[in-house]
Amino acid sequence: MLCASCRLLAARACDHAARPAQSPGPRAPLQWRELHFPGYPELPSCDSLAGRLVRQSVPPGRRATRRRGKMPPATGGGLAESKLRPRRGRCGPQAARAACRDVAAEAVARSPKRPARGSRRFEAAGWWALLALVTLLSFATRFHRLDEPPHICWDETHFGKMGSYYINHTFFFDVHPPLGKMLIGLAGYLSGYDGTFLFQKPGDKYEHHSYIGMRGFCAFLGSWLVPFAYLTVLDLSKSLSAALLTAALLTFDTGCLTLSQYILLDPILMFFIMAAMLSMVKYNSCADRPFSAPWWFWLSLTGVSLAGALGVKFVGLFIILQVGLNTIADLWYLFGDLSLSLVTVGKHLTARVLCLIVLPLALYTATFAVHFMVLSKSGPGDGFFSSAFQARLSGNNLHNASIPEHLAYGSVITVKNLRMAIGYLHSHRHLYPEGIGARQQQVTTYLHKDYNNLWIIKKHNTNSDPLDPSFPVEFVRHGDIIRLEHKECPVKKIWRWEQKETSRNLHSHYHEAPLTRKHYQVTGYGINGTGDSNDFWRIEVVNRKFGNRIKVLRSRIRFIHLVTGCVLGSSGKVLPKWGWEQLEVTCTPYLKETLNSIWNVEDHINPKLPNISLDVLQPSFPEMLLESHMVMIRGNSGLKPKDNEFTSKPWHWPINYQGLRFSGVNDTDFRVYLLGNPVVWWLNLLSITLYLLSGSIIAVAMQRGARLPAEVAELSQVLLRGGGQVLLGWTLHYFPFFLMGRVLYFHHYFPAMLFSSMLTGILWDTLLRLCAWGLASWPLARGIHVAGILSLLLGTAYSFYLFHPLAYGMVGPLAQDPQSPMAGLRWLDSWDF
Amino acid sequence: MWGFLKRPVVVTADINLSLVALTGMGLLSRLWRLTYPRAVVFDEVYYGQYISFYMKRIFFLDDSGPPFGHMVLALGGYLGGFDGNFLWNRIGAEYSGNVPVWSLRLLPALAGALSVPMAYQIVLELHFSHCAAMGAALLMLIENALITQSRLMLLESVLIFFFNLLAVLSYLKFFNCQKHSPFSLSWWFWLTLTGVACSCAVGIKYMGVFTYVLVLGVAAVHAWHLIGDQTLSNVCVFCHLLARAVALLVIPVVLYLLFFYVHLILLFRSGPHDQIMSSAFQASLEGGLARITQGQPLEVAFGSQVTLRNVFGKPVPCWLHSHQDTYPMIYENGRGSSHQQQVTCYPFKDVNNWWIVKDPRRHQLVVSSPPRPVRHGDMVQLVHGLTTRSLNTHDVAAPLSPHSQEVSCYIDYNISMPAQNLWRLEIVNRGSDTDVWKTILSEVRFVHVNTSAVLKLSGAHLPDWGYRQLEIVGEKLSRGYHGSTVWNVEEHRYGASQEQREREWELHSPAQVDVSRNLSFMARFSELQWRMLALRSDDSEHKYSSSPLEWVTLDTNIAYWLHPRTSAQIHLLGNIVIWVSGSLALAIYSLLSLWYLLRRRRNVHDLPQDAWLRWVLAGVLCAGGWAVNYLPFFLMEKTLFLYHYLPALTFQILLLPVVLQHISDHLCRSQLQRTVFSALVVAWYSSACHVSNTLRPLTYGDKSLSPHELKALRWKDSWDILIRKH
Repeated sequence: MLCASCRLLAARACDHAARPAQSPGPRAPLQWRELHFPGYPELPSCDSLAGRLVRQSVPPGRRATRRRGKMPPATGGGLAESKLRPRRGRCGPQAARAACRDVAAEAVARSPKRPARGSRRFEAAGWWALLALVTLLSFATRFHRLDEPPHICWDETHFGKMGSYYINHTFFFDVHPPLGKMLIGLAGYLSGYDGTFLFQKPGDKYEHHSYIGMRGFCAFLGSWLVPFAYLTVLDLSKSLSAALLTAALLTFDTGCLTLSQYILLDPILMFFIMAAMLSMVKYNSCADRPFSAPWWFWLSLTGVSLAGALGVKFVGLFIILQVGLNTIADLWYLFGDLSLSLVTVGKHLTARVLCLIVLPLALYTATFAVHFMVLSKSGPGDGFFSSAFQARLSGNNLHNASIPEHLAYGSVITVKNLRMAIGYLHSHRHLYPEGIGARQQQVTTYLHKDYNNLWIIKKHNTNSDPLDPSFPVEFVRHGDIIRLEHKECPVKKIWRWEQKETSRNLHSHYHEAPLTRKHYQVTGYGINGTGDSNDFWRIEVVNRKFGNRIKVLRSRIRFIHLVTGCVLGSSGKVLPKWGWEQLEVTCTPYLKETLNSIWNVEDHINPKLPNISLDVLQPSFPEMLLESHMVMIRGNSGLKPKDNEFTSKPWHWPINYQGLRFSGVNDTDFRVYLLGNPVVWWLNLLSITLYLLSGSIIAVAMQRGARLPAEVAELSQVLLRGGGQVLLGWTLHYFPFFLMGRVLYFHHYFPAMLFSSMLTGILWDTLLRLCAWGLASWPLARGIHVAGILSLLLGTAYSFYLFHPLAYGMVGPLAQDPQSPMAGLRWLDSWDF
Repeated sequence: MWGFLKRPVVVTADINLSLVALTGMGLLSRLWRLTYPRAVVFDEVYYGQYISFYMKRIFFLDDSGPPFGHMVLALGGYLGGFDGNFLWNRIGAEYSGNVPVWSLRLLPALAGALSVPMAYQIVLELHFSHCAAMGAALLMLIENALITQSRLMLLESVLIFFFNLLAVLSYLKFFNCQKHSPFSLSWWFWLTLTGVACSCAVGIKYMGVFTYVLVLGVAAVHAWHLIGDQTLSNVCVFCHLLARAVALLVIPVVLYLLFFYVHLILLFRSGPHDQIMSSAFQASLEGGLARITQGQPLEVAFGSQVTLRNVFGKPVPCWLHSHQDTYPMIYENGRGSSHQQQVTCYPFKDVNNWWIVKDPRRHQLVVSSPPRPVRHGDMVQLVHGLTTRSLNTHDVAAPLSPHSQEVSCYIDYNISMPAQNLWRLEIVNRGSDTDVWKTILSEVRFVHVNTSAVLKLSGAHLPDWGYRQLEIVGEKLSRGYHGSTVWNVEEHRYGASQEQREREWELHSPAQVDVSRNLSFMARFSELQWRMLALRSDDSEHKYSSSPLEWVTLDTNIAYWLHPRTSAQIHLLGNIVIWVSGSLALAIYSLLSLWYLLRRRRNVHDLPQDAWLRWVLAGVLCAGGWAVNYLPFFLMEKTLFLYHYLPALTFQILLLPVVLQHISDHLCRSQLQRTVFSALVVAWYSSACHVSNTLRPLTYGDKSLSPHELKALRWKDSWDILIRKH
């Protein structure tokens, strides 16, 4: 603590020394008074003045280059400087600050009574030690009791399972991009997990399966959040106490802790978000030395982190947006700098395009390439994808298959909806229930391959068997009137009822469909293929003239009901229990061309026709990329809350209204409950309001042209600039959720919470400093600052001590019981522990 | 005093004849043959029923927007003496004699007609030339889609009038006043008018919020400049800010509330949408529930007979119900049940919905004298009125939701299944001072004493054995507040009969009378507002629905009406020349602005400062207006129609002459270029006139065209023009 404030002092002193150097012209003597700090009485005067004079003789346009040349200070000597180098070299402060830092360094170095080298070294060592301490504490809290509970918690059942799929090379479908799950799979693989655990449901014991590797990997990434936030805040505010406060808030937040300890995507996502934020901030502070090595390093690191964030979840788009806004502002500023030639600006632009657009895109695409390469076997996700896509999965019946190319009468086919994730036209031996249209056989779409997806294509007017070898092959052509007869399951003895197998025709009539009331119902009707004229459909190929043959897989076809003129389609709505939660099939009277009413033929069996190989259909990589994105987006928007589900609303989140149960229900279970540390979260909430208030007061004062004393101006710059950036991050990671229609959970707020904690750190530190400044006498002021920060640190630590059972798990009575470890801590009725 | 006699009395009239002429032409184009067709056209069928409700003072709930729009239309009906007796059931139905078609359509038509001179004034206030202003007005005049939309009983033209034009115009007037005479009378007038117009716009459709935000944003930027103006004193700046806050924030809120106040004052009778509202709200309407609940005792006491309504009301509003039948011994999927009496939620009023609140410590089912009110935290039993079995739950899986407990009315089968029929009453919305269970007002939860399960409506329909009524379960893990676990007492009376037979008779008789129950306006307002926002209609498809992308290039149209015999028809179909050139103007504007901005950043000033400011203000208002009225539709999930684009279109029309004048003034370098450009503009305008004239039969629907002519009008394949086969 002590050494921290020492360092601060130095930084502050130098800032003031440098301030006049930036603004040539007469200076008010008033500002100089600020420099007299008791600790360093004679520090600034002559040396910094000298530095200033040198500067002023340089024409403003070339100042930057001059400064760059100066960066490794030639004058300063020996160890102290080189000790400091790593920090300065890597994250040079922003242009304005850079000057001052130099001055300070020079000042210190040249000062006749230079504060002993030892103290400088001590200071730098202290700086590293603090960072190490923060990191260590973070790792210690995250890895403590990592192995408990030894059963599946909450969404581990999904992400653990998906990790296993990677290990087993089984293709699956998920709404998130693959990077996160790939990393989990990799961690599992490296730590000796063999992919055999089933991850069936939360609560299943892991037993002998090795799960620590995967949890440890997530915890490892989650632990880095704290040092990242620490460094970000340090860079934004130049204040150790702000950084420490932020680090404490995050270390001692039970929510972040819980979320980092399990096999989830969130720690990975947050790791990349914070890494992107940190490298963006670092790269901003290198702005005075463009195209230097650290500049390139941080810029490309930003790009890499962005790719990572987007590769884990689409929420990564928000941080991309933030970096994008920052870059645009940056470029706008450079473009307005008339001392830079257009060529230089062009170079800047190209560098950013390369590092922030091309690089992330390439990496992102690469993750998908790996994803497709690794998952080569057919698995549970096949049905979500198009027929052509499935042809490349080994084990899928389309893989290396060869089928007849053109559709002919008598062919047995499966018909797949062209819309992603709708599935195959399906019928089964169950009737629509009473009161829902006509009581005839159900027709649905079904995502999985099944015998009941098979249909026979027949002529509308004859019922003779077209497969009879005496008939010539007759191809189905665009515009033909056909009948689709359901091919019944080959009679297996497992059926309990042994009745005569009948096959029904695809049929529609003027009854309203079960869910989409404005459409007509589609049923299976008739006995052994004999029905009525409502079974006739005209088959049409989209965008095609009459008379052409219909190709398997390639042709996009529509079925138009002859009598009512409606089009066969699937509404994509899920039928209730009676329909086995398959999707509704309707006949829509609206002739608008949507993907819902376009189908293609996938399987095709016709012994009379020659087969062709399907390998020509294999999609190219860009097609696969596009298709998997379409499926993901559809899947994401399909995650709608059901009517009676208890869902979390975005306004619940910042007030920590309700947690998420990770494990355990009863008092005998091992319970883990994801809930933010209320002290931290409510402090964050308060800070946001305070920030808005103080920020607008300062902004209005500045707009009114109030002349702020130098120190206040300095602090308000930190508040407006640094705080503003963090606030923007919070806004971008929080408010878009209000617009989302999909089902939302509490854990979606955590990226925003990271930003809000950083804001809290910056705000309280600045406010306390302002407070201290308001009080004239120095020791008291400093006392207030130290006491304020210390009490906040201790307060969060104590609250963590109170609430830690939430994260590390608790057994025993629920909180209502006075015996419980959490007795008296259930401050809101909606908390459930 | 007599001074005026010494000088001649002079009245100097300053009449802008072009303005008068524009108004006249606007009126002519919108009012001509207004009563034709004398039949229900398209959405008139929708708005008409609400007008009828207003005329009959029947309460309704419409989620499409706040009530001001409907009230404007109803005002027309009121002026025409409409009695509300018309069945609005299908498009194309002939109006009967009692429907004053002319006055019903008059207000939207007037709004549409006045938009024309309004456009003229806006462009003038933006400091563009008289010619540009005339251009904007003439484009508004001949735009077919605007004509169609304003000649019918629809809201869009009123909306466009209020928010696009009136709000923007008055803000501009105010802003121009600001420069020379702040705090003058006209300054106040225009400032207040801005606020009023904004609130009217929001009051017509929620869409209006977007323009309101735009106006607020522009005002905020101007206010920010004002703060930075150091020639003004602090007090003066404060006064400026205060005046703006009052006019642009307070007045709209107050007016918005006022619309609802008038709405609720006007509609005091119960009607078809009652069921959606809470019991308390229904009780405040005349008829309906109020007739039943009048005179009920307020406080529920031990021995009270009550019906319990679920607060959530989804999928349908329903009441706790039980009947003689028992749960089937074995369900279809092989699970077993307790085989006790079914408890369900039933969406209709029924004698089986009555329950008696019993004190577990006593054996009587009547209210003692004095009545002992039930309080928060009391232990109660709920006894079903007709079967006298008490509400019970136990550790048996519910029929459809196996994770929850079954709720039954307990029958003692003498097997090892004891009665667990004690419930603890929790009043969710209890006040700080009182914790008595009140009829209608209190929302209560029943927490089971043995298992701490909560009585809940699962929302699932039971199969045939349960008569497709809704399932009731005991929810063990109840997280937070949810409407499905909360109930309120709707009908209530003190039980008086000891004997079961008498009690049955008592239950069958209607409840007794008197004392009205009033709900405060704010409570009614907030409930109504909440329901309007929460109501979701799921019809997501319509023959003429379209997507926002189709609007910009006019790839779609809407057939509004077809003459029953001839092929005269009305379409919502824009003047394609104007639509396309509007979009082009927008693109040109954005590109030019970007170009200028970049150049200014490099310190190259192409435009003089005042021309630049003019260009920016016009762009922010017109292009910004277009953006806020168009882009949000991409985020909306409801059914969209072409007419949703009309507000955005008017902004494009305003932008068109601005861009044209800018090109002529600043980009044409020689006089010759300027002349050529003017000639081109004239040619372009005449082509727009020609198109407008060609499409006129589809706009007014007054002329029956032959199939051949109709086919010739189908310029785009995606246009849906109706052609009779014979």
